[in-house]
Amino acid sequence: MTQFEVYRIGPEIKVGAFDISFTNASLFMVISSLAILIIFNLGSKKNSILPNKIQLLAELSYSFVSKMISDTAGSKAKPYFSFIFSLFMFVLFCNMFGMIPYTFTVTSHIIVTFILAAFIFIGVTVVGFIKHGFGYLKLFVPSGVPIILLPLIVVIEIISYLSRPISLSVRLFANMMAGHTMMKVFGSFVVSLGIVGGWLPLSFSVALTGLEILVAFLQAYVFAILTCIYLNDALNLHH
Amino acid sequence: MFKKIFLYSLITNFFFTKKIFAAESGGMPQLDPEFWISQIFWLVLTFGVLYIVLSKLILPKISANLELRKSQIQENIEAAEKQRESSEAKLKEFDGIILKSKIEAKNIFKDAREKVIKNINSKKEILDKQIDDEIKKAEIEIDTLKQSAPEKINKIAVVTSAEILKKLIGAEVNNSSISAIVDDLVKKNGDRYYGH
Repeated sequence: MTQFEVYRIGPEIKVGAFDISFTNASLFMVISSLAILIIFNLGSKKNSILPNKIQLLAELSYSFVSKMISDTAGSKAKPYFSFIFSLFMFVLFCNMFGMIPYTFTVTSHIIVTFILAAFIFIGVTVVGFIKHGFGYLKLFVPSGVPIILLPLIVVIEIISYLSRPISLSVRLFANMMAGHTMMKVFGSFVVSLGIVGGWLPLSFSVALTGLEILVAFLQAYVFAILTCIYLNDALNLHH
Repeated sequence: MFKKIFLYSLITNFFFTKKIFAAESGGMPQLDPEFWISQIFWLVLTFGVLYIVLSKLILPKISANLELRKSQIQENIEAAEKQRESSEAKLKEFDGIILKSKIEAKNIFKDAREKVIKNINSKKEILDKQIDDEIKKAEIEIDTLKQSAPEKINKIAVVTSAEILKKLIGAEVNNSSISAIVDDLVKKNGDRYYGH
């Protein structure tokens, strides 16, 4: 499990009682953010009618995220586009950087994903209350439910609503950690079985790498699209 | 014994969470709260910077680029449509011109042909007339020759027979009596000589 270990890089920085030292996790957050900023800055610098590769990349991701938002949350979610775009890109780049050997996967730490999910949860709830006032509580009372079942349904709805940040954060964290752990397990099989029997786990390892890259993209996508769905609940009260 | 330790650690978990996690360096590093604050701080910092720079500087540019491209492509399509229409109109005009000139060419050809045919006909007529005249003249000549031929022959016959008689007999015969005999003979055998 050494790949998930966080260690200090440089001196210990303390603000009051809090230790905010620069760690390898911080390093990869900075690297991911910088990579995103560099790529998208290069992609938006020149505007040619026939875009070059990096501009095409930036514009394709822009329209991809914008389509995703308008498909799930409608046109009202436009002001939140930059947040969801940054979120998707941040999670995607953190996941993808984690796929490089000897790197650190930021999103494989529950605290990181939980803070992101909690921020989304709180933000969505605040947006819901601002848009609908106390009418937002109607979210917990689905229409067309018999009166007898209503108390039960309301309780279930509230629990499901409150478990959103947990499910959102644990989904990403568990996926990333499980994938990396599995690859590590197969890697250690290669070492222990040696040159005679190590070929089978090695081929598995290669296949798993492909799968993990898919998972890295998919989990970033799922994270972003679930944010869109929560936002949709807050913006367009359907219940 | 193993079970005991497990249970013990489970119970103490609730009281000394931090200590237990710190001791368990072989467990999940994710649950070690030592760097949680640091991770939260750096996450907020990096993500905040990322969000601000993306939303204030980069994304508006990309969106403007996309809009510009869209409008430019639209403009180009419209311009292309206009040019296509104008070229179609010109093509039609061109076709009309070609049609007109074709008809003109046909007319010119027809006129020329008619003229030539007329010319040929008139010349032919003149030639025919000339030929007819020539033929008529020749016929008249032949006729006159034909008509004058028996008289000359008769004269020749009279003169030659008078000469012959003079040489044979030595006496002169009256020309008139010889001519009467020749006339008689001609009347008898003229058909045989002239083929009438």
